[in-house]
Amino acid sequence: MKKQVCAALWTMLCGVGCGGVVHAQQQNFDAVEVHSLKVRDDIYMLVGAGGNITMQIGDDGILLVDTQYAPLSQKILAEIRKISDKPIHYIINTHHHGDHTGGNVNLRAAGTTVTGGNVAGTIADSAVGALIIAHENVLNHLTAATGAQALPSSGWPTNTYFGEKKEMFYNGEGIEILHMPAAHTDGDSAVFFRRSDVISAGDVFVTTSYPVIDLANGGSYVGIVNALDRLVDIIIPVYGQDGGTLVIPGHGRLSNLGDVLNFREMVIVIRDRFREMIDKGMTLEQVKAAKATLDYDPVYGSTTGFWTTDRFIEAAYKSLSETPKDAQ
Amino acid sequence: MNESTVLKIGRWLVVASALLAGPVFAQSNFAGVWNAGYFEDWPDRFPGPELGDYAGLPLNANDRMRAMSWSASILSLPDYQCRVHPADYANSFADIRMWHEINTDTQELVAIHLQHFAWQTQRTFWMDGRAHPPDYAEHTSMGFSTGEWVGNTLKVTTTHLKEGWLRRNGVARSDSATVTEHFIRHGNNLTWNVFVQDPKYLEEPFFRNRDYTLAETGSIGAYPCESVVEVLLPEHYFPHYLPGQNPFLIEYARNHHIPSEAAMGGAATMYPEYRKKMATLPQP
Repeated sequence: MKKQVCAALWTMLCGVGCGGVVHAQQQNFDAVEVHSLKVRDDIYMLVGAGGNITMQIGDDGILLVDTQYAPLSQKILAEIRKISDKPIHYIINTHHHGDHTGGNVNLRAAGTTVTGGNVAGTIADSAVGALIIAHENVLNHLTAATGAQALPSSGWPTNTYFGEKKEMFYNGEGIEILHMPAAHTDGDSAVFFRRSDVISAGDVFVTTSYPVIDLANGGSYVGIVNALDRLVDIIIPVYGQDGGTLVIPGHGRLSNLGDVLNFREMVIVIRDRFREMIDKGMTLEQVKAAKATLDYDPVYGSTTGFWTTDRFIEAAYKSLSETPKDAQ
Repeated sequence: MNESTVLKIGRWLVVASALLAGPVFAQSNFAGVWNAGYFEDWPDRFPGPELGDYAGLPLNANDRMRAMSWSASILSLPDYQCRVHPADYANSFADIRMWHEINTDTQELVAIHLQHFAWQTQRTFWMDGRAHPPDYAEHTSMGFSTGEWVGNTLKVTTTHLKEGWLRRNGVARSDSATVTEHFIRHGNNLTWNVFVQDPKYLEEPFFRNRDYTLAETGSIGAYPCESVVEVLLPEHYFPHYLPGQNPFLIEYARNHHIPSEAAMGGAATMYPEYRKKMATLPQP
């Protein structure tokens, strides 16, 4: 029961800025502007508030990865329509937090399902709304949520997968939806657009904070390391650490191999420092007092907002303490 | 005045006005290959800096900790073997080639390009007044640069840099830095000044200066780089030293009889007055 309450609280808090380190009270959606950045010919990154949205466009239609917050949906749609007038056919959720799924209901309603076609006339609402795809744990979390923060059922993914990945072909390219087990949450997916050579990473990779580890919803420090290594395996730069495969992070700026490697370096260095202190029997308070993240704090740390450095240290300490060393 | 004279005067006026109102790109011509002069900071540039030598760098406590954790073994990692020098460092490493890009219709200067011998990285200084991209745009090793003329000096402002380094021994420069450069031509000599403002890792701005000589028939060679697995490493690994466990940090101070505190750098160590303080500090 305690774990369920924690998970619900996490979902609620993340709904107001997970990784974006903002409070709900500070969120004034009226003032938020939504902008798009062309990443590749058919791929755009939409920024506003909450997680980045990836948009793939083409002759077939529009595919979105994540939907930010519900109050921003009209602004997001307006930005989409500046780029394409095609129907939104698919929404893929990288995980269940509200800053990535809050707009599911509105953006789904603005789209249509590919399978409607001729059947639509005889089966009442078969063509209504875009199809929402996610790992099955996303559906589990969204259906378990209750109260004001719960997402209406029309925003739930109706096409879920389990196992390592789901594949699809849309707008002339293969798309791999890759499950990243027990990382930011237990339902993380990264979406790899193979021809465009772009990865939409979700919150397993962010440039704005230390990794956000939602322990209550199945996240783990080890899972973050594994997910980053998997991203690095996929990415092929043009030269050095620049160009080639581009990565749209869950939060932050458009990235390339160098950014992912820098983030991975920080995650591993801090893991090793914490591991040593945990092995020595140091308490959480002693670890905090040791200032083991001092060198990375200017880049990833925060003393305010949702995901402070203290909260990261607490989550990292707990996760690493509970994970057998040989599994790290 | 007959019609022919009027036409002649008219033609001259057109030519004269075209010459006078021509695009303002000709303050200095940087086109050509420029050989780096290695009389400045030789040990730092070719042999490479010594481990634990941060003297004269205005790094803050955060960056110092970063540097003290750094292990040269990262250079053996395949993903790091071909990692290029960042824009604010690469010039100091070797020869450069520069050329001007002109709009052939308007004859206006669009951009000045710079290629480094090291890793053949290429920079573009946009001279057409365009704005820098938004914060959420990609950051790269070369960043995004715009240029302007200040008299005969080319002033370049660069943002959107990925994390880089100020010295090749682990002293990091963050991705929030703004770099201001001046390219100054004196006959066949070129002076390059770089001014790094980094709100995250520097106590004060960092300044570096390099000089080059024009090579009339110069060329710069290719710089291919291929990553290979040199050492079998464990999974989920990154080489570094845990706090207090880097055995090499003391070598520089000990070998050169420099107080350890001075070797650790900081803004104060940039200034001549620091010599007085050094005399009062214990040597290792």
